[in-house]
Amino acid sequence: MGQTIAEKILARASGQDHVTPGEIITCQVDMAMMHDSSGPRAAGKKLDELGAPIWDLDKLVVITDHYVNDMTEASQAIQDHCDVWCRDHGVKHYIKDKGICHIVLPEFGHIRPGDFCVGADSHSTTAGAFGAFMVGIGATEMTGVLVTGEIWVRVPENVRLEITGALGPGVSAKDVILKICGDHGIMGFNYQLVEYCGAAVTAMSAQDRMTLTNMAAEIGAKTGIIAPDGKTRNLLAAWGQPDVDIDAWQSDADADYVTRLTIDGAGLAPQVAAPSSPKNADDVDVYTNVPLDQAYLGACTGAKLEDLQMAAQVVKGKKVAGGTKFYVAPSTYRMRDEAAADGTLAILEEAGAVILPSGCGGCIGIGDARLGDNATGISSTNRNFIGRAGEASSKLYLASPYTVAASAIAGRIADPRDMLA
Amino acid sequence: MIYKGKAWKFGADIDTDQIAPNHAYRQADPEAGYVFCMKNQDPTFATSVAEGDIFVAGENLGIGSSREWAPFYLHKCGIRVALAKSFARIFYRNCFNLALPALVCAETDKISKGDELEIDAVRGQVRNLTTGEAYACDTVPEHLMTMVADGGLMAHLKKKLKKAG
Repeated sequence: MGQTIAEKILARASGQDHVTPGEIITCQVDMAMMHDSSGPRAAGKKLDELGAPIWDLDKLVVITDHYVNDMTEASQAIQDHCDVWCRDHGVKHYIKDKGICHIVLPEFGHIRPGDFCVGADSHSTTAGAFGAFMVGIGATEMTGVLVTGEIWVRVPENVRLEITGALGPGVSAKDVILKICGDHGIMGFNYQLVEYCGAAVTAMSAQDRMTLTNMAAEIGAKTGIIAPDGKTRNLLAAWGQPDVDIDAWQSDADADYVTRLTIDGAGLAPQVAAPSSPKNADDVDVYTNVPLDQAYLGACTGAKLEDLQMAAQVVKGKKVAGGTKFYVAPSTYRMRDEAAADGTLAILEEAGAVILPSGCGGCIGIGDARLGDNATGISSTNRNFIGRAGEASSKLYLASPYTVAASAIAGRIADPRDMLA
Repeated sequence: MIYKGKAWKFGADIDTDQIAPNHAYRQADPEAGYVFCMKNQDPTFATSVAEGDIFVAGENLGIGSSREWAPFYLHKCGIRVALAKSFARIFYRNCFNLALPALVCAETDKISKGDELEIDAVRGQVRNLTTGEAYACDTVPEHLMTMVADGGLMAHLKKKLKKAG
């Protein structure tokens, strides 16, 4: 019996030839990431309580992104503490205020196909887009990793999810993952691993694939993974991780999957998830005409360079509707610079978008994009739980960068295909 | 291990933004934020839970963030066991790491708010002392119960470091 990519990674990380779903194994961690919320002030504090050294400073990455744009005294104190802690502990890879951790990690060369990684954040699964196995963990669990460099894992059953055909114009990876949320619920693949494949995934850019794996938690999965290919290698090389091995990290033809599912990519319409769960996803025409106070292009899910380009394609030469605010917070500063250099940012600004600092910001109710009392918004983020992005009375719809941009122009939820025509 | 307490009953998909809203722990003393625990679902929850009470929910308890403040706040309120039809995986691990057993029980619909429950986590038995019913719950992997018996992952690590040192 052959093995899946994930099983091959887990076998290597646990020092075995082979692993079996359901088995509990101990894996050696190739890279651990924590941020300013889960890191020094949480896991770091616990590490100090133990008085133990960090197991391997080459393998730890600390990134600030959660409280970077918040000028409150409490957030500033968290930032200061983060600086001091990283300095005192000799953290080698401390990446301060460069953007959101899940995008910054590969951008700074910390993700390689075949690696076994953990991150103290639930969207750490994003790295699966590069053929790495990365899961989110809590602060105490991270403390355990910081001390021992290892973690227990229950080998997950693998689900093979094939997206067939070619996605239509105005349809992107975000629509695919929202469709999966809608069809299978936020619990659909609990404890399982989802491997994405098929013609639509092969055709997808390496950046857009990150949107698929970013939202593994929203379908209950342990993580998501995509077989690395030439696009993976090229993007990682551009981001400072040259010559990664892609051939070793492919699923065998006779690998065992607990479920094989197919989604018709060619027939997929833009998706919108209504408040207050990603599982409320449906075709955009179900929700068109919902009036909007705000549209937000942001987060690790939906403000990468290509996401900004998708939005620019829609809004070019148009103006944001009066009474609707359109905020854009590029995922990272590098991507913000790239979008400035290629004219994308100018197109968005000419349409009336307000560019915000890069960081978690509006996705977690921080900064100008925080949703006020009874406000209704649409965003390219990953979660719309009650109160997540602002006041408990606010309402948030989730959609792709195309749909968020089209909705900003219309002042109501709108089908981007009508504007791209 | 036997746990006995009063049930606090909630539905399906209780997410970490309900258990630990992000504003609650974005402050100088994040531990104090437990007063906001479940506030949007039941404003009296944080102040009314008695030590030893049991959190009962439907499918997918703890969906969402990796924030450990979620099980921390439940524990701080007084909750000592969580019983649900299923758990989101990071929340599940976080619970055990903080010595708060997360037990999978298919029959939580039969439990009402205020029912007195007695749970044998090792045998996988739940007794509803109010209704006289008995339910099964999944048993827990041995290495996790060992960690709970130690007092959670921190205590477990301390023990390990002492042994090594």
